[in-house]
Order: sequence, then C-alpha cells, then structure tokens
Amino acid sequence: MQALSQLGTGQHAVIAAIEAEESLFHRLSALGFRVGKPLSIMRRANFNGPLHVRLGTTDVILRSNEASHIRIQAL
Amino acid sequence: MKRIALLGMPNTGKSTLFNRISGASARVGNWPGITVDLMSAKILLGGHIAELIDLPGIYDLHGFSEDEQVVRHFLTHNPIDLLIVLLNSTQIERQLSLLIQIKKLGFPVVLALNMTDEAKRAGITIDTASLSDALALPVIAISAKYGDGLPKALEAATEIINQNKTTTNPTSINLLLQEESQIEREMEDLIHKHVQIPATLTDDTTDKIDRVLLHKWLGLPLFFLAMFLLFQFIFTVGGPLQEGLAWLLDMIRSSLLEPLFSSSPTWFKGLMLDGIYNGVATVAAFVPIIILFFLVMSMVEDSGYLSRAAFLMDAIMAKMGLDGRSFVMMLMGFGCNVPAIMGTRIMRSRPMRLLTMLVIPLSLCSARLQVFIFIIAALFSPKHAPLVLFALYVMSFFIMFLTAVLFQNQYKNTEPFILELPPYRFPTPRQIVLRGWQEVKHFLNRASKFIILGVVMVWLLTNFPSNVAPASIDTYAGQIGVMFSPILDPIGINHELAIALIFGFVAKEIVVGALAVIYGLQGDALMAQMASQIDWVQAMSFMLFTLIYTPCLSTIATIKNESKSSAFMWLSIIWSLGLAWVVSFVFYQGARALGY
Repeated sequence: MQALSQLGTGQHAVIAAIEAEESLFHRLSALGFRVGKPLSIMRRANFNGPLHVRLGTTDVILRSNEASHIRIQAL
Repeated sequence: MKRIALLGMPNTGKSTLFNRISGASARVGNWPGITVDLMSAKILLGGHIAELIDLPGIYDLHGFSEDEQVVRHFLTHNPIDLLIVLLNSTQIERQLSLLIQIKKLGFPVVLALNMTDEAKRAGITIDTASLSDALALPVIAISAKYGDGLPKALEAATEIINQNKTTTNPTSINLLLQEESQIEREMEDLIHKHVQIPATLTDDTTDKIDRVLLHKWLGLPLFFLAMFLLFQFIFTVGGPLQEGLAWLLDMIRSSLLEPLFSSSPTWFKGLMLDGIYNGVATVAAFVPIIILFFLVMSMVEDSGYLSRAAFLMDAIMAKMGLDGRSFVMMLMGFGCNVPAIMGTRIMRSRPMRLLTMLVIPLSLCSARLQVFIFIIAALFSPKHAPLVLFALYVMSFFIMFLTAVLFQNQYKNTEPFILELPPYRFPTPRQIVLRGWQEVKHFLNRASKFIILGVVMVWLLTNFPSNVAPASIDTYAGQIGVMFSPILDPIGINHELAIALIFGFVAKEIVVGALAVIYGLQGDALMAQMASQIDWVQAMSFMLFTLIYTPCLSTIATIKNESKSSAFMWLSIIWSLGLAWVVSFVFYQGARALGY
C-alpha cells in the first residue's frame, strides 16, 4: 500500500487508510478524506511543493508531509 | 435583544451574506474569552432588534483549529436565539455534516443553501422541500452574492424567533458537544435520498484557468506579474490620492486653523497644530492606501487566487515557517506596512500570523524610500545611487528572511497545511466596497488615539524647554540624542541624525522635514550642509538603521491591535531596534576598519 505523497501526477486512487493524529485526522475528514473515497492528483508544485488533490467535487492542496499520512490503493 | 449567529464552512460566502444582511452597520465586537474579532450588526427582524454575529468559518464543531475553538467557545458561553447555517450547495454532500452536528445539539436552525446558481450549472439538484421535511427545519436556497432568496430566509428566521421564547442553554450544549454522534451515517443517508450529484462537475472553467495559473513553470512568473500589477495599481492610484488629501489637510490648516489660533499663546498653537492636527493628518494619510489595498485584496481573496498563491509559493516559504499567503502580505508591505499587517488576518493560524507580522515591518516601505532617495541624492554620485538603493532592497529581503528563520521555532505553526481550492469567482463591487470601508473604520477607530498621542509626545520632546530653538540640540529630544551618544556614536549617527530618528518613530514621511527643521535649511542647501557634515559611510549606516528600526507609529498601533498583545508589540519594537543597531554597527565599524 502506497502513501498519497508517492502517487504520480494524473493518477487515480482510493483512500485505504488515514494514519494521522487526532487534529490532522479531523481536518482531513472534514475536507472529505475518508476511507473508500476515490481521488486523483491534479498537479504538484515545483521544488517538492504541495500536492493538488481532487476528491469528488472538492479540490484540496496539502503538503507531502500531510499526504504521507494517507494510505491509498492506486487504480 | 434577540441574538442570531451565522455559521458555515470556509468559502461558503458567509461574510458576503453577513454583509448583505447587515449593510454598512457592522462593527467589530469583543466577546469574553475570544481572541479574534467577531463582526456583529444590529438588524431589525419582525419587530425585534436582533444582534447578528458572524462566526468564523469552520469545518467541524469538534475540530482543533483556532477558529473551531472560537466557535465552540462562543456557542458554549453565549445563549442564542437562532443559528443561521449556511452551506455551499456545490459541496452539500460534504458540508451537511456540520448542519447535523448543529441540529443534534438542539439549536434552533434556519438552513440557507448558498451558491445554488453554481450548483445548478454543475448539474446538482437539491429538493429543498423534501430535505426541509426530513430535517424538520426551514431550508432555503439563496444567493448571498445577488441577494436572491434572502427575504424568504429572513422570514423563516423571524418565524422561529417569534415562536421560541427561550434561548439556548450554553451549559447543556457544552455537555452534548462532548458526546460523539453518528454524524457520518446520517449524512450519507440524507445525501443518498435527497441529492443527486454527477460523477464529475460539468463546469470546468476553473480547471482551464488553473491549467495556466498553476502551470509548472508559468505559474510563479504569472504570480509575480499579478503581484507587480496589483502593487503598481495600489500605489500609482494611491499616491496622487494621498497627495491630494495632504494638500487638502494643508489648506485647512493654513486657511482655517492658523487664523483661528493666531491670537492664542505660541505653545497652545504649537500643541494644537504641530501636535494634535499633525497627528490627525498622519492618520488620515493612510486612509486612501488602506481603502485601495483592501479593494484589491478582497478581490484577490474572493476570486480564489489567494489559495493558489499559497500553492505556488509554499515550497520556498515552508522553509521559513511561513506559507504562500505570508509572502503575499510581505510583498504588500513594500508599499505600506499598515494594510499588509491588517491583511495577515487571512491566515488562520495564530503563530504563523504573528511570525508574518514580525517580518512585515522590515520591508522597505514607500515612506522609507522617500528618506533614502533624499539621502542618496545628497551623499552619493548619480552613478552609485541606483546601486545603493538596490543594495537596500536586497538588505530588506535578507533581514526579513533572517528574522523569519530565527523566530520560526518560537512561532511554530501547528496547523496542518491543508487548504481548499475554491472555484474562481467574480466578487461583486458591493462586496468589495463594503470590505474596504469596514477596514478603514477599523483602522481609524483603533489607531487614531494611539497615533495622536505619539505625535503630541514627539512635539513636546522637540519643542521644550520653551526657551530654546525647536528641534535643536538643546531640546529634550536633543538631550536624548546626546544621552544616547554612547550607543549611537559607534554606528556613526551624530546628534542631528539622532533627533531625526526620534521623529522617524512617528512616521518616516516626516524624517526629511525634520532634518530641514534640525539644520534650519531646505532643499539643496540642506543637502550640501549634510554632505559637508557626514560622509557616505555614516549616511549608509543611517539608512540601514532607518530601514530596519520601527517603521512608524501607525504600524506599531496596527501590530498591537491585530496581535491583541502588548508583549508582542514590544518584541517587534525591541527586535527591530536591536537588529538595526547590530547591522549598522557591523557595517559602520567594518567600513571604517577597511579604511573608508
């Protein structure tokens, strides 16, 4: 199982697990990151910058540090 | 008086709705135990006067962000009569969780579904009538931007207020909040039964714009171009406005106030005109720039570009404990520190906001630029002049980054960097104008007393004792200059320049004028006199000190208001003074040691 931070640009995946402490978990789930939800990586900023992720109708940006807490199953 | 609170997730148009209902009557209110400003307004609702409070946007009542804590604190300490919950229709499948949390707590609720026009374009259809039945509360589709559906929503609010005789009980809500609920299941059930959402949104304009603005290599240059254009706009339009205002204030002084005080004793006339009136004028000079700045900023913010700027700049800024939004405000500081510091309100994490506020006053603002241009013209050849100015700009950026890096552990940002990218939207002119007006009111209310007091104090220091020439070495200011000579001599700053630095605390705009008073000369004669008295090393040292130490009283007042902490204000003053001295010392002694 991969971390979201390792998923390539343009690829699709399904969230398998969220391994984060409480406050990060809350924020992620409020923005729609839940187990079983499909997502895709729209783009990455240069110089190891944030990821632009699309989750259903919501677009979210997050740092790869935060993304590494999200386990995914690539499609 | 009835109390109504407005609640919703970030980016749902909550502030737009608040402004639309309240008009220009809104004011900033203080609530016990809450450290951020909450806007509130008195509105007339079905014969009652009701107080409408705009709560910060939150994702979740159980979250740990500062805003979530503020809302929780507010709801568990203040009884209210009604909650208007605003949700974004295009994201209803995600946002409904907040409403259900609220409903579980027993609040009387009116649900307003915003951006129904956008939802319709995206192919989302919401059956408000059946949703309303299922939830057992009024559900009304509105457009906060254009006001559609607003009368209906207010009608529903009036009805609930008239029925309910009692307010909510904060203590029992506090207890209920601690219980976990089955939010997720209920939400999914509701969405499944009442909402249809297509797999992908059909409105892809935002995607097309993003492909250009967030482009791997074009994104950053376009961002800098956009910032440059906005900056140019604010200060080319703002400059003449400021001059016009200064001309007007000058005319009031010479044709109205001076004749009025002509028969008063000299000290009284001086206090009224050079003290208090100059203080008023100093405050007023900021008004055009603040209005323009917030017109532009609210446009950038509401359009959705600000989160994109954060995306583009984050990789670099993260190394300094900041993010892309800080960078936008840092750049704006090069025009004027005051609105840039007010603008840090877009950052929701307090440590990061404080760190940004500590960094902004080190930027080479337009008032400092005036001082530098004058000194450079007096002391440097036309060939060297551009180089010196460029070096000062580089120095400014360098000390900003240095300060951020040094303090990033003190102001450690604990909030995760996860931001929503809202679709691009056009803000309405009404939205923009209201915002600009509110910010100016805020600034005038809070900063004016502080600034006028400061100006009067500097006037006293530079005009007393009364038997000596104003601003000369024999005044109290001059004596302070002499007193500080053990500190200022090692950095090459003489007594005359020391008095100018004291004036510079009020505003950098008056430093050149102060030099004219101190030397008793003007224009070319002043330049020649200064060139004969100090050499270029001293001039450079003076400019470095001017660049780094406290920009002006208005900035100090703004830092105090925005941070709500005197300790932080003092930290900012002392840090910048200390850093200014060290940098000037290293430069001055280094240059002298090298034989210059």
